[in-house]
Amino acid sequence: MAKVTMVDAVTMALAHELRNDKDVVILGEDVGINGGVFRATNGLAQEFGEDRVIDTPLAEAMIAGLTVGMATQGMKPIAEAQFMGFIYPMFEQIVCHAARFRNRTRGRLTCPLVIRAPYGGGIHAPEHHSESTEAMFAHIPGLRVVAPSSPSRAYGLLLAAIRNPDPVLFLEPKRVYHLNKEEVEDDGEEYPLDMCFVDREGTDVTLVTWGAMMKETIEAADKLATEGISAEIIDVATISPLDMDTIHESVEKTGRCVIIQEAARHCSLSSEIAANLADQGLYNLMAPVKRVTGYDTIMPLFKMEKKYMPTADRIIDQVRKVMEVS
Amino acid sequence: MTTVASFEINYLQYLSPNGDLVGDKKPNIATNYEHLKSIYELMVMTRTFDTKAVALQRTGKMGTYASCLGHEAVHIGIGAAMEESDVFAPMYREYGAQFYRGVKMSEVLNYWGGDERGSNFSGPQHDFPWCVPIATQCMHAAGAALAFKLRGEQRAAVSVVGDGGSSKGDFLEAINAASAFQLPMVLMIVNNQWAISVPRKKQSAGRTLAQKGVAGGLPCIQVDGNDYIAVYTAVKSALKRAKEGKGASVIEAITYRLSDHTTADDASRYRPDDEVENAREFEPIKRMRKYLTNQGQWNEQLENQLIATCKAEVDEAVEEYLNVPKPEITDMFDYMYADLPHDLEAQRRYALEQEEKSNG
Ligand SMILES: Cc1ncc(C[n+]2csc(CCOP(=O)(O)OP(=O)(O)O)c2C)c(N)n1
Repeated sequence: MAKVTMVDAVTMALAHELRNDKDVVILGEDVGINGGVFRATNGLAQEFGEDRVIDTPLAEAMIAGLTVGMATQGMKPIAEAQFMGFIYPMFEQIVCHAARFRNRTRGRLTCPLVIRAPYGGGIHAPEHHSESTEAMFAHIPGLRVVAPSSPSRAYGLLLAAIRNPDPVLFLEPKRVYHLNKEEVEDDGEEYPLDMCFVDREGTDVTLVTWGAMMKETIEAADKLATEGISAEIIDVATISPLDMDTIHESVEKTGRCVIIQEAARHCSLSSEIAANLADQGLYNLMAPVKRVTGYDTIMPLFKMEKKYMPTADRIIDQVRKVMEVS
Repeated sequence: MTTVASFEINYLQYLSPNGDLVGDKKPNIATNYEHLKSIYELMVMTRTFDTKAVALQRTGKMGTYASCLGHEAVHIGIGAAMEESDVFAPMYREYGAQFYRGVKMSEVLNYWGGDERGSNFSGPQHDFPWCVPIATQCMHAAGAALAFKLRGEQRAAVSVVGDGGSSKGDFLEAINAASAFQLPMVLMIVNNQWAISVPRKKQSAGRTLAQKGVAGGLPCIQVDGNDYIAVYTAVKSALKRAKEGKGASVIEAITYRLSDHTTADDASRYRPDDEVENAREFEPIKRMRKYLTNQGQWNEQLENQLIATCKAEVDEAVEEYLNVPKPEITDMFDYMYADLPHDLEAQRRYALEQEEKSNG
């Protein structure tokens, strides 16, 4: 079995579905001969032809609108937004149309499409290349928002996203595109959507996170373990619809919860998880829910981006706070 | 200096406001009286429907409605030129085209009556429903056309945008997509002179709106949008071209919105009455009736019969609409996703409980 990075796993999943389903096509800026600026579509145009891996004119609203049109007519388009910071021209098409066609037409027209976007900071990119605005999309009924945290999850979840009969926004944490290699078998096995993964079992505190922040969260959990604090780690994976059951179950066991996200705090996914714990799981809690997040500021340019993003130390700080209450 | 590109925009008209055939090369359809009579009948039916729909709104039996008064020739021209397998991406007032394609009057009423089931209409199941965010539908048509092209299907897509909508980036991006991918599609601009209260001249200083397609290298033409024969001919030939793999076209149909923008609008606030009065001289139904009458194909007796038939059919559609069973509260949830996500199941149960409580 090959050891691959996350970006390789994305390519593997795309190639698998291009091979598997003739209705699948990829479209976006530079996805063809160049293989995408992150090389996520590397070699696919050469293998499958420029009719399956399509370089489009530079127009994001158009790319999204085309995918909507194609999807309603029975194709399975996968669009690439080159960076999540450039997804906003697509927003109207995603919100007003992709997310709504099934409901609007009572199921007559549907949008089985995927929009992939590299997201998040930490790669020293220019302005608009580093934000994590998943909550904007998670707020939209009718959409799925998925963010893998490892190569195998990128492979399995992307396959599931492509095969899903509804629109999926697939957010790829680009900071960890090349971070770790993992053995991923190209067997076409999909991973379940709409489900959190419990990555590590623990008894003292539940750490909830997704995407690239998994890295700092594991670091924090490792350090805490040496101090005798046992952390359970949950990878949310599907940001919307949100699997609160798994989170509640874990908190029932640990009694404590810290949520970690790179995104700004205000009205974010961590807000939703915390509110849900207060509403439905208050009596399981032994301490207030804590959040470790980006600040409610614009993601700074790269000299300061590390200061913006949660670190293992910031996570440990909050875990200590919730552990103080017994 | 040398000229590297230049363009001209032609204007197509066959049927003058007096009901005379003009121009030298007449299309066959101009003397296909059976066809023209059936079109005339659908135009009158559409207008009868429209008048009734406005009345339903005024009497509180329907929500806001966008009238198609004055647009009958252009809308039905589009519908008649298309084949069933083509895909139609309308905005919100092209009922004439949709009726031609098999959408039922009661379905249109249901939609404006506030029921999503109206968008699950009869007619070609691949057609797009009404699209409220201006011009976004142009890209859906482009996407559909790209799908047809990739699959090698002999089909084309038609989108409609208004004079206001032609200002939107979406429209221009769709032109560009059609151009870059050589898509089998027709981009129709139904220029009815007003985008709510903003007149055509404030949308663009360009002499025509059709010329917006020139930037993409597409053939562009203006047609008299109150002349069914011209619209039909232009759209038909653009579709033929599209299906022969020769790419997309832009057609600007010049017409006039004789009504308010919607029933929520009062056009007298911004539009001079004499302009509207003048436009009535050019309206499409009068013109077609004159032509058919002049050709000995139409008379008062046929007209009276038609009026009675239209009234009866529209009344029947209204009955059907008024008697449509209420949607279920659960419908709100059941079409969100193919499979109801777990977190929505609880909300669905809760909504159902609330509903049962309120029903006592
Ligand atoms: C993106 C967007 N902006 C604004 C509106 C509100 N609005 C609805 S119709 C309309 C005018 C459209 O005029 P035009 O495109 O000329 O078409 P017409 O209604 O005259 O047929 C406006 C501004 C909208 N529906 N969508």
